[in-house]
Amino acid sequence: MADSKKTVHQVSDEKRKPGQGETLKKVFRHLGKYRIFVVFSILLATISVALTLYVPKLTGYAVDYIIAAGKVDFPGVFRVMIQIGVCTLITALAQWLMNVCNNKMTYQVVQDIRNEAFRKIEILPLKYIDGHPYGEVVSRVIADVDQFADGLLMGFTQLFTGVATIVGTFCFMLSVNVTITFVVVLITPVSFLVANFIAKRTFSMFRLQSEIRGEQTGLIDEMVGNQKVVQAFGRGKDVTEQFDEINERLGKAYLKAIFFSSITNPSTRFVNSLVYTGVGITGAFAVVRGSLSVGQLSSFLSYANQYTKPFNEISGVVTEFQNAVACAQRIFDLIEEEPQTPEPEGAAELKDIAGYVKAEHVDFSYVEEQELIRDFNLTVKPGQRIAIVGPTGCGKTTIINLLMRFYDVNSGVISVEGIDIREMTRKSLRAGYGMVLQDTWLKTGTIRDNIIMGRPDATEEEIIEAAKASHIHSFIRRLPNGYDTWITEDGGGLSQGQKQLLCIARVMLCRPPMLILDEATSSIDTRTEMKIQDAFAALMEGRTTFIVAHRLSTIREADVILVMKDGQIIEQGNHESLLAEGGFYKHLYESQFEHRTGEARVSG
Amino acid sequence: MKSLLIYLKNYKKESVLAPLFKMLEASFELLVPLVMAAVIDVGIADKNEPYIIKMCLVLIALGLIGLVCSITAQYFSAKAASGFGTGVRRALFEHIQNLTFTEMDTIGSSTLITRLTSDINQAQAGVNLVLRLFLRSPFIVFGAMIMAFTVDVQAALIFVVVIPVLSVIVFGVMLVTMPLYRKVQSHLDSVLLTTRENLAGARVIRAFNKEEEERERFEEENQTLTDAQKFVGRISGLMNPLTYIVVNGGIIALIYAGAVRVNVGDLTQGEVVALVNYMSQILVELVKLANLIITVTKAVACGNRIGGVLKIQPDMQDGDSIFRPADAISKDAAQRREDIPAVEFDHVSLTYKGAAGESLTDITFRAMRGQTIGIIGGTGSGKSSLVNMIPRFYDATCGMIRIFGNDIRDYKTESLRSHIGVVLQKAVLFKGTIAENLRWGNEKASDEELEEALEISQAKEFVDQKPGRLEFQIEQGGRNLSGGQKQRLTIARALVRKPEILILDDSASALDFATDAALRAAIRSMKDDPTVFIVSQRASSVQYADQIIVLDDGRAAGIGTHDELLVSCPAYQEIYYSQFPKEAVSNG
Repeated sequence: MADSKKTVHQVSDEKRKPGQGETLKKVFRHLGKYRIFVVFSILLATISVALTLYVPKLTGYAVDYIIAAGKVDFPGVFRVMIQIGVCTLITALAQWLMNVCNNKMTYQVVQDIRNEAFRKIEILPLKYIDGHPYGEVVSRVIADVDQFADGLLMGFTQLFTGVATIVGTFCFMLSVNVTITFVVVLITPVSFLVANFIAKRTFSMFRLQSEIRGEQTGLIDEMVGNQKVVQAFGRGKDVTEQFDEINERLGKAYLKAIFFSSITNPSTRFVNSLVYTGVGITGAFAVVRGSLSVGQLSSFLSYANQYTKPFNEISGVVTEFQNAVACAQRIFDLIEEEPQTPEPEGAAELKDIAGYVKAEHVDFSYVEEQELIRDFNLTVKPGQRIAIVGPTGCGKTTIINLLMRFYDVNSGVISVEGIDIREMTRKSLRAGYGMVLQDTWLKTGTIRDNIIMGRPDATEEEIIEAAKASHIHSFIRRLPNGYDTWITEDGGGLSQGQKQLLCIARVMLCRPPMLILDEATSSIDTRTEMKIQDAFAALMEGRTTFIVAHRLSTIREADVILVMKDGQIIEQGNHESLLAEGGFYKHLYESQFEHRTGEARVSG
Repeated sequence: MKSLLIYLKNYKKESVLAPLFKMLEASFELLVPLVMAAVIDVGIADKNEPYIIKMCLVLIALGLIGLVCSITAQYFSAKAASGFGTGVRRALFEHIQNLTFTEMDTIGSSTLITRLTSDINQAQAGVNLVLRLFLRSPFIVFGAMIMAFTVDVQAALIFVVVIPVLSVIVFGVMLVTMPLYRKVQSHLDSVLLTTRENLAGARVIRAFNKEEEERERFEEENQTLTDAQKFVGRISGLMNPLTYIVVNGGIIALIYAGAVRVNVGDLTQGEVVALVNYMSQILVELVKLANLIITVTKAVACGNRIGGVLKIQPDMQDGDSIFRPADAISKDAAQRREDIPAVEFDHVSLTYKGAAGESLTDITFRAMRGQTIGIIGGTGSGKSSLVNMIPRFYDATCGMIRIFGNDIRDYKTESLRSHIGVVLQKAVLFKGTIAENLRWGNEKASDEELEEALEISQAKEFVDQKPGRLEFQIEQGGRNLSGGQKQRLTIARALVRKPEILILDDSASALDFATDAALRAAIRSMKDDPTVFIVSQRASSVQYADQIIVLDDGRAAGIGTHDELLVSCPAYQEIYYSQFPKEAVSNG
C-alpha cells in the first residue's frame, strides 16, 4: 500500500500538461456566465478613462483662460470648473461601479470553481485520495484558487483600464499635436523593454528562492509538526542549526531576487522622465513657434505621464496573470481528474439485504506490476462471520476496500445478493454495510451530529440507547454540553479510544444489514471492550459480518477465517480446519500461546 | 507587529537609509513641476530657446539622480527586509523549540507551521513595501504641499484643506476594512477545514453516503466566504473614487484661486500649471498607496499573529543541575545509592491547562533501578499523562516527582531528557535514512550499537529486507513503512541512547502478540538494565512487570505485582479476565 501510493502519484503527475492557451479558454468559459458584468466592466472602464483623460484637457483650457494680470476670462474659467466637477463625479461613480462589477465576477467565478473542485473531490476514486497528500489537494482548492482570484481581479481592474488609458491618451494627444505624440509613442516602449530585460534576468533568482523556500517548508512541516518528538529527544539545537543553514540561504536568495526585480520600477520611471522631458522640449519649442498654447502643453505633459503609467503596470499585471493562469491550471487539473467509474444506466438499488456475499475469481492490485490478490473466492451465507487475520501490515484493509467498493477489482466479480456490486448504486451498497474502522474519523460538529451520521432521523432515546450500548453515554453526559459538545478537527479533545467508541455508537444506531469491523476495538481498553461485547454480539446476530482482528478469541468464533500474508490470502477455513492444516495460521496461533507460557517460565 | 520591529534593529542603517533615499528621489521628482514652470514663464515667455534646452537637461539630470537614489533605496530596503524575515523566522523557530507540551497542545502545530511560513512571508513583504513605498507617499503628499507654499501661500491653503480630508478617507477605509479582511480569512479557514475533512474522512463519508450533505455544507460556507469578499471589496473599492473627487475638487479650487490671483498679478500662468501639477501628483501617489494598503494591512495582521506566538513565555522554569544518574546522591547522604528510587511520585496530581478536572489524582509510587513498571487502565484513565511527566513534558500541579532522588525541576530539562528514552504513542519518523533516524537517540552511536537496538526492538528482520538496510531512505512521515515497522523503529531509536529510563507508551499496539512478546523479552535481557515503564492495554504486556500500576479515572486503583493485584484489585481482575477468560488461564 505504502509503495503503491508513490507510483500512483507519479503516474497522475506525468499525465497531460495542457498549454496556457487551453487553460485560458477554460477560464473564459467560466467567465461566460457573467459576461454581462464583463461588458459592463469594459463599458465603465471606457467611460471612466475617457473622462479622466478629458479633465487634463479641461485644465489646459482653464490655464489658457488665465493668461496674465487683467487678462483672465472669468466666465470661461467658471464654465471649465463646472465641466471638471461634472466629469469628476461621473468618473468616480463609474470607477466604483466598475470595482463592484469586477469584484462580483471575480468572486463568483472563484466560488464556482471551488464548488466544482469540491464536487469532484466527493466523486474522486479513493485511489486518487490515497495517492495524494491531503495538503496538496487542499492547497489547490484554497491557495491556488486565491492566487487565481488575485490575478483575475488585478487583470480586470488594471488590464482594462490600462489598455483604455493607452488608447485614450493616444487619441487625445493626437488631437492636440501630432509631432509631440510621435515623440511620446517612440520613447515609451523603451520602458517595456527594460522591464522585460530585468524580468528575464531575475526569473532564475525567483526560482531559486522558491526552491529553497520549499525545502524550508518541508523541514518546518516535519519538525514543527512533530515537535513533541523533537523535544523528547532534545534535538532542538540540531534541528535549529539545520533550519538556520537553510534560512541563511533563503535570506541571500531573497535579497538577490527582490533587489534585482525591484530595479524595474525606478528604471521605467526614469524612462518616463525621459518621455516627460521629450514632451517638454518639443512642446516648448512648438509654443515658441506658436503652434501650441501653454494650456495645451500643460495637458500634454499630464497625458504623457498617464500614457506611460499603464506600460509600467502592465508588465506587473502580465507576471501576476501568468502566475494566476498557472494556478488555474492546477485547479483545472483537479477538476478534470477522472472520477470514479460512473454507475451504469439503471443501476440496481440494493434492498432487502439478507447478507449473501460472494467473491469469484477476484484479482486485484493497487499498482499494475505488483499483484496482490489473485483468484480469490469466497461465499458468505447470511449471518456468517468472516474473520480476516494476519501479521501486521499484511493488507487486511484491502479486502474492505473491495467489499465497500472503495476500489474496483481488476477482474472477477464481487456480488451481494447475487448482484455484481458494479451493477448497483454505490449508495445502496454502502448503506447495506455498517463500518467501524481502526482509523477513527470524526467530523467537526457536535457529538450528536457524529452519532446520527448514518440515521439523521434518530430520536433522542435511540441516540442515548446507542451511546449506552457503546459505553460512551456516561462520558458524554459528563461533558460540559453533553451531546451538543462541539468536537474539532479529527476529534481533537477526545482520546483515541473515546473516538472509537463514538464510531461504534454510530453503527449501533443505524443497525445496517451487514457489518465491517476493522480492528474496531483496537484503541479501547479491554474492560470497556468486554462490556460492549454483548452489544456487539447482539448486533452481529443474524448479520453478515467481516472482522479484521488481532484477538484470537474473536477469531476463533468466526465461520470463515481468511489468513493473509504480504497482501495475499494464503489460507481459508475455520479455526479447527486451519489448525488441522498445520499452515501459517497454526504457526500464528501457537506463537501467541507459546510466548505466553515461555514468559511464565522466565519470570517464574 | 510592533514587537517584531526589534528584528530590524541589526538593520538600523538600512531601515533609515532606504526611506531616506526614497525621499531624496521624491524630492527631485517634486522639483520637476518647478522646472517646467520656469520653462513656461521664462523660456516660452522670452522665447529663449537655449534656456529651454538647458532646463530640459536639468530635467534629465534630475531623472538620473532619482534613478540612482531609488536603486540605492531598493537595495537597502531589500537588505533590511531579508534580514528581518530571516531574523523573525529564526527567532520563531527557536521559540517553538522552547515551547512546553502544554503550550503546544493549546496552539496546535498546524497554526505554528502557518506562522512560520506564509505569515512571515507576508510580514516580510510588508516590511519591504513600507520601507520602499509606504513612506514615499506621505512624503510626496506633504512635499507637494510645501512646494505649493513656495509657489504661493494663499493658493497653498487649499492643500491644507485637501490633505486632511484625504487622510480621513484613506485611514477610514483602512480601519473599516481591516476587521472585515480578518473575517474573510476566518471564512476561508472553514472552507479549508471542510475540504481537508472530506479528504481525510473520504471513506467514512462515503460509507455513510454523506457526499450530498457535505457538498451542501461546503457550498454554504463558500457562499458566506464569497459574500464577505464581495462586501469588503465594495468598501475598499470606494477609496479610489473618493480620493479622485477630493483631488479634483482641489484642482477646481486651485483654478479659481489661480484665476483670481493671476488677474491681480500675484501669480503667473506657469505657477498655476505648477500648482495643478502638484495636486495631480498627490492623486497619483494616493492611487499607489491604495494598492499597497491591502498588502500592508495583511502584513500587519500576520505580524500580530507571529508576535502573539513569540509573546508566549514558556511556563516551565528550567533547573540548573546536570543529570548524572551514575553518581546520583540524595540530599540524605545516609541513603545508599542503590536505595534511591529511579523514579518516585509523591502525591502527584496533574490538571491540564484549560481542563475542567484533574487528569491524575494523588499518585504515589517508587520505581527502583532496573525495575519494570507496567501501567494499565481504561481508555482515558491517565496512563499517558503519568509517563509524560517523567521526562517533564508536563509539570505536576500538586505533589513532587523525584528522579534519582532529586526534584525533577532541579535538573536541566535537556540533560534529564537525554537519559530517558521515550517512545510515544504515535510513531513518528523523519525523512532520511534509517541510520539517521536511529541516531536521533544518540548522534555518536556506532553502527554496531544501531544493529543492537534493531535487534532488541525486533526490527532487524524487516530492516534486513530493505534495500540498503541502514541506508534505506524513509519518506516524510514514514509513509513507506507500515505501522508496525514504524513502531519498532521508534523503539529502536529510544534504545540507541541507552537510556536510564525507558518509556514505552502503548508503543506496541500495531504489533502482533508474538512480536510484542519477543520485544518485551529482549528489553528485559538488555545489559544496561534500564528502568522500564510499559503502558499498555494488554494485560499480557504488563503481566510480568515488577510492579503494575492500575489506573482508573486518574487514580491508582492498585499498585503491586500481577499475583497481588489478581487477589486484591477488582479493577485489575476485570481487565485481566476480559483478556484471559478464566478457563483459558487454568488450561494454560
